Formats: sequence, C-alpha cells, structure tokens
Amino acid sequence: MKKEILKLRGVKVHFPVQAGVFNRVVGHVLAVDGVDLDIFRGEVLGLAGESGCGKTTLGKAILRLVEPTDGEVKYISQDDNETELTSLEKKDMDPFRKKLQIVFQDPHSSLNPSFTIFGSLQDPLKKFGIKSKEERRKIIGDLLEAVNMRREYMDRYPHEFSGGQRQRIGIVRALCLEPELIVCDEAVSALDVSIQAQVLKLLMQLKKEKNLTYLFITHDLSVTEYLCDRIAVMYLGRIVELCDSEDLYNNTLHPYSEALISAIPVADLDKQTKRIVLEGDVPSPVNPPKGCPFHPRCPKATDICKTEVPTLKKYSTNGNEHYASCHLIDLPEIS
Amino acid sequence: MEDKNNIALSVRDLKTFFYTNNRCNKAVNGVSFDVEKGKTLCIVGESGCGKSVTAATIMQLLPTLSRIEEGEIKFQKDDKIINIEKLEKNGKEMREIRGSDIAMIFQDPMTALNPVYTVGFQISENLKYHTNLNKKEIREKCISLLNDMGIPLPEKRVDEYPHSYSGGMRQRAMIAMAMACNPKILIADEPTTALDVTIQAQIFELMDKLKKENDTAIILITHDMGVVAELADNVAVMYMGNIVEAGTADDVLRRPTHPYTKALLESVPVLGRGKNQDINPIKGSTPDPYNRPIGCQFAPRCNWQTESCDVMPEITQINETHQVRCHKYEQFFEKYK
Repeated sequence: MKKEILKLRGVKVHFPVQAGVFNRVVGHVLAVDGVDLDIFRGEVLGLAGESGCGKTTLGKAILRLVEPTDGEVKYISQDDNETELTSLEKKDMDPFRKKLQIVFQDPHSSLNPSFTIFGSLQDPLKKFGIKSKEERRKIIGDLLEAVNMRREYMDRYPHEFSGGQRQRIGIVRALCLEPELIVCDEAVSALDVSIQAQVLKLLMQLKKEKNLTYLFITHDLSVTEYLCDRIAVMYLGRIVELCDSEDLYNNTLHPYSEALISAIPVADLDKQTKRIVLEGDVPSPVNPPKGCPFHPRCPKATDICKTEVPTLKKYSTNGNEHYASCHLIDLPEIS
Repeated sequence: MEDKNNIALSVRDLKTFFYTNNRCNKAVNGVSFDVEKGKTLCIVGESGCGKSVTAATIMQLLPTLSRIEEGEIKFQKDDKIINIEKLEKNGKEMREIRGSDIAMIFQDPMTALNPVYTVGFQISENLKYHTNLNKKEIREKCISLLNDMGIPLPEKRVDEYPHSYSGGMRQRAMIAMAMACNPKILIADEPTTALDVTIQAQIFELMDKLKKENDTAIILITHDMGVVAELADNVAVMYMGNIVEAGTADDVLRRPTHPYTKALLESVPVLGRGKNQDINPIKGSTPDPYNRPIGCQFAPRCNWQTESCDVMPEITQINETHQVRCHKYEQFFEKYK
C-alpha cells in the first residue's frame, strides 16, 4: 500500500510587485497558484515545465524556504502522524527540516567558497546534536565515500572541485541528516552530459540504499522519463497533468504536455517525430490569461477555453490514475 | 568527393593556442572540416573541448593572448578564395567579411545584446556598414527582418530595448542581426542552450527555413546529441581540441566508430525508451588542458585503451564521408555493428 509522505492542498505562493515612490503593491506574481499534490513514500516524482512556471518556487515552498501565501503542506511521518508545516513557528520547523532536504541547481554558487567542505557540511550536524568533531568527520567521510569521492576531500575548498564533484558534495550536504525526502532542483541541468549521467546513476543508487523519496524538478523531460515514477507537468503556477511517467509519453492528455514532449530533440534518427511548435512565450504570471492559462498558445483552443478555467480532473489510462486539466479531453471522468 | 564549388568554408589543420602564465593551452589542435552550402555542420563535444574557440577563430574574434598557430581557413567569396587566417584581425577585409559574409549567433542573448541601445539600432548597425541603403530603407529592412523572425508588432518592437524582450525574442533578434546581410555562413554557438525546449523548437524551425531559402551554410555548435539528430547534415565530434570522428549524421549517429561518440550517445537518456534504458556515464572527467595525456586524449577515460594509445592516432577514412581518429576503430566497429 502506498503511503503519502507529503500532502499539498491548495498551495499558493504570490509575490507582491511593488512600484512607485512609496513601493505600493501594484500586483502579484502568481508563481504558484493553487497546487494539490500527494507525494508517496519511496517514489520519484518529477516536476516538469518551462522556466517561469513555478517549479522551483513550489519546491522551495514545501521546505518553507519561500513562505506559501496560502494552502497546506502536510507531512505524514512513518507512524502516520500528520503535521501541518505552514502554520508552525520557525523553531518548531527544525525537526522537519531534518526530514526534508534540497539539492540546489547551481553547484558553483551553493557552496561557500571561504569554508572547506567539512566546514560547510558540519553545521547541520552540529545543530542536530552531534557534538563530537570526530563523529561529524566520520559521518561526512562515509557519505563522501558513498558518492564515490575520497574521504580526504573534506578538507579542501570548493574551488578545487569540478562541477560534477561539487554537485556530489551538494548531495552529501542534503544526505548528512538522513532525510526522507530530497527536493532535487534541476540537480543535473548545469552539468556536462557525461557528468550528468554519473550524477543520475548516483541518485538512483542512493535512493535504493537509503530508501529515499525524490521530488525531481527539471525542465528536461527525457531525464524525467528515465528517472521518475510519476510526473507532474506545470504551466503558469498550476499542475496541468499528473500521471505515471509511461502514461505521460504514451497516452498524453494535455495539449501542453504533448507540445513539450514533441519539442525535445531526440538523439535517435529512427525516432524523429513531427514537432508541434508553440507560438509565443509563456505569458506573464502577473496577469495570466483568462480562462485556461494555456489557451493563447494552444493549437486546439476553442471558445470554452477562453472563458472557463479547467480544473484538474481524474481520468484513467492503462488502468492508472491520470489527472489532467483541459476542457477537450473526451475520456470518461472518474470520481 | 564533393563538388568543390559546393564548399563554402574549408578549414585545414587549424591550430589555435592560448598563452597564459607562461603556459600554452592547445585549445584547437589540428582541426579540419568543410562546410557545404545549404547544409548544417554540427560540432559536438563537452565543455572545454574547443568548439567555441574554433568558431571564434573562423570569425577572427580571438582574445589577445591567443593566436592562430598553423593551418588555413579558406572562405569562398563569389569566385575568389580568401584565406581568412592571413587577414589582419581588424583590417578592412576581415571587417568586410565579418557580419556580412560570415555571421555569428552567440550563446547567451542576455549578454550579447547591448542594453543601452534599441534592438533596431543594433540590427541596423550591420546594414549601415555593409550595405548602401539609406536610413529609411534600413529601418524598413529592420522591420521586415523582425517580422520574418516572427516577432509580433515589429514596427513598435524595433524601437524597444533588449530588456523588454523575452529570452526567445532576444535570441530571434540576434538571428535577425546575423541574417541582416544574407550571410553565406552562419555560425551558431549553442544558440538555444539558455532557452526552453518549446522556444528552442521555434528557433530551430526558423534556422531551417533560413537554410532552405537562402542556401546558407550553418555551423551549429552544441553539446546535445538530440539537437544533432534533428538538425545536422554533417557532424564533427570534438574532444580536447581534436575532431575524433566526423561524417554525415547517418554515419556518426547510426554507426559510431569512436568510443567517445558511442559513450556520448549512451550517456543521455533518450525520450521514448522508457524507464529500463541503460545509461552509461563516461568515467572520470575531461583532463586539465595544461596537463594533457600523451597520445590519444580520450585514452584515460576509454574502455578500449591499450598500449598503442600512447601515440596520437591518425585520421582514418572509413568511407567517402566518414572519418575517425582511433587505433582500435576496426575492432570497435565490428563489435557494435
């Protein structure tokens, strides 16, 4: 039986836009605009979409690195205790920070250049009560070996490492408190192709060994297909499609996902397909279009799309749950 | 071989070295290729393999601490053949070629456009130097170029500054700038790396159209094998300043004969192959350019390494179009045929 680890209900993150002499609030960037999502224990959930669609903001909102404006983030512990994270005081959040960790996108800016690796990595261990230095060195050393690096590297500075090594150090940083869920925010996007494969393999191996759950944020749908059990596609702060990763590629329901998949260049001469080229850019999240947010770029848009906002409905493909928000799907809805 | 008249640019044994702190970085170390009219040549490789330096060398846009050491770059202009490497960097002839006959699209449209001038001004600069059009005609040409690139309301957009353009529109403005004088060769240095896939698809569509309509030869520099499969007619795979394998897209992607090409193809997940596909990372990382391995540059990361790899392998011609730089290519080819 699948058990949830996180339940998101109506999560919204709105950033105020200020202008004028008195910095009056003139509008809001609707970065994340009402997301419902369940993350199950032990799965890899992919979160895909173009830049500016709110993927990273959602990832950070879960960890409260960005405060959600509205909505609930519930953490369910292994013995079924539910805790609502967004209403907790800052200091009450600490035990949950231990369970929920993040790997950042850019390995070059996420490590402090004036500390050694050990200096950067020991802080969370200190905070969570590992008093002896020997013990801290042992934990970090063991983890460095787990990501195929040498124990001695912990006394070096970040500039001595290559991009791939730095990303592995970022992974060690996330791992050192033995978390249950790791948010990987574009963890491999900044890396060269050959290094990207090393890090992907490492992430999969660690998941097996340590029984982790990943929320894998990426814009690269070929990586999500390889890595993820389920994929959520976001557009302008909302989830437009959520399903098993195989179903996303074989039974695509939403026209946006379809266009996104067809736009990916495939390194296989036998698998060249017709590209669906979307016109224009992602609209500004300050004043999103009325009706379906995707309708100005949608090749299939009809009149109803211009006026009514579609909601995320449940369908079934291949016997699996498949959520999509589009007016034009002619499958029977499941309650 | 191909008809000589079809070749727009021919590069032979090109060597570009950088000199810093009394050390020499052989960034491009003997590169040869031909670019045909109306065809796309993709140069593929990891970061630091010399792709961008090759492009900068052709444009004579190298920084001061570097120079073209050897080799020749022959550019066919009308019926004359010009040796680009012999021209003075900022001389009259080079400036005539740069921008009008050979144009370049840079990787990052955010930094390549000047934020204090309007987009229209930056496009018209090119036309001002290379054509005899008057002010009014230049403006009309600018508007029609932006229109061709699919930028909405070009009459208004032409007077706007780069900050009011989105990433994709900026890259399209860059392409408009490059295409202003109908260049014979367009060098695109990772034109879509900073862009989203949907915008990338738009840009590729555009480049394809330009290639077909104007018979432009395109040199596309990329690290993405997917892009190669979609766009390339010919492919050159570079590693540490050498071309290790070259040929038509069909040759290189279907029958890779160099272990590096094979490894590159295997290291990325391919869409549509599902969860059970096997990806194999290449072990180690690219060597320090100041402390290179002797002989074959790929040997330390290669699964096929033998003693013979201590000597730099020569280029071997497999068939008319396909060439490879590896000692073991025959055995390798047999195994993966």
